[in-house]
Amino acid sequence: MQNIINFFLKNRFFFLFFVLLSFSLVLTIQSHNYHSSKFINSANWVSGGIYKAASSVSDYFGLKTYNIQLLEENRKLRTLLFSNQTSQSDTIPPDSLLLQGNSEYVVRTASVIKNSYKSPKNYITIDRGEQDGITQDMGVITSNGIVGIIDNTSAHYATVQSVLNTLTRINAQLKSTNHFGTLQWDGQSEKRLQLVDISRIAPVKEGDTVVTGGMSTIFPKGVPIGVIESYHLDISENYYIINVAMFNDMTNLGHVYVIENTNKEEILELEQSVNEQ
Amino acid sequence: MNNSVFSNSIRFIVLVLVQVLICNHISFLGFISPYIYILFILLYPLKDENRAVFLLLSFLIGLSVDIFSDSGGIHAAASLCIAYIRPVVLRFSFGSAYEYQTLKIRNTDLGQRAVYIGIVVLTHHLILFSLEIFSFTHLLLILEKTLLSGVFTLLLCLLLIPLFSVKNQ
Repeated sequence: MQNIINFFLKNRFFFLFFVLLSFSLVLTIQSHNYHSSKFINSANWVSGGIYKAASSVSDYFGLKTYNIQLLEENRKLRTLLFSNQTSQSDTIPPDSLLLQGNSEYVVRTASVIKNSYKSPKNYITIDRGEQDGITQDMGVITSNGIVGIIDNTSAHYATVQSVLNTLTRINAQLKSTNHFGTLQWDGQSEKRLQLVDISRIAPVKEGDTVVTGGMSTIFPKGVPIGVIESYHLDISENYYIINVAMFNDMTNLGHVYVIENTNKEEILELEQSVNEQ
Repeated sequence: MNNSVFSNSIRFIVLVLVQVLICNHISFLGFISPYIYILFILLYPLKDENRAVFLLLSFLIGLSVDIFSDSGGIHAAASLCIAYIRPVVLRFSFGSAYEYQTLKIRNTDLGQRAVYIGIVVLTHHLILFSLEIFSFTHLLLILEKTLLSGVFTLLLCLLLIPLFSVKNQ
């Protein structure tokens, strides 16, 4: 017994080292799985507060770009509004998810206070949290296109799993036809995403637009993603692997929109009851 | 003693803030960024070194950087490892000066200092990028990132050490 205690005392630093190392390795392995980096994330009041203070200074340098972005978005919306008025007569109003009050989707605004795009798993922090009605698995977009999916939330902040994250999978489709596939990232370039599992019978052309598909409850159908840059068949020669050049400049994000699907629970419940049968 | 606790706490906070607010945004040639928070581990006082406290503090500084950069536990693991092997590296690079406890890092000559920092930085970056990329198929990418970022960090550390020692004298 004495020997065992002596052994532990002699090697106490090694045991401390070992315990701490296993703890950090557990955290690391957790972070490589979807939705499990629960405890160590920047959506807490210390890091969120520091990032917010820092971005309140650096935001001033981006004001000009933000204004141009807003102007461009207003132009698009105005065009939509005017072209709508002329053909108003008897048609149903188009799916104007940003304009309607009680639609299927609720849109909230948020500012990016921390952005990253260099590592294989990138997360963005925004200055809205649970108190503003933000919960996990909501979609995040800008006026140009998709940004990511809400991952962890605290009272005032939330982290967004960026599309530039090798864990992210988003349902996407070609704009011209309804052929759908999965959008993911290979970790190489922050300008390019990969669209896989598009059937080879789909008419794929360089320069075609890729938008989100309506198959997930996260993004509404038709949010722009990017244009097809190049494509080739995968090893099985049945599916295309398509490189998509993003509309969004992920290195320069200022203000974003968070989209809540109000029918999400209903859809998930229905799907679950189908799966159980 | 109190003075050393105080200056180490300040150093801890300043280095974490500089790392997450400035260095994490540097990406030279697209993917090379320095990790200068390990200066805390490099410069931790040799004399009144309580090894358990030192290991815990190194773990904590890594964990703080992890919390800010949403990276799981990779910085914590890497800084803990270099804190654990630091005595070995010190003995290897400074020899008898370390054995007799007369060593002061700011008084050593540049060659020995570069060897010490170089070994620590490369070990840290190798563990960091292995855990970050987490796949053996990208072994070359890991080595490339380790080497290029390592050189960048090493240069920055050599430049910054005089800055820290002025404050302590």
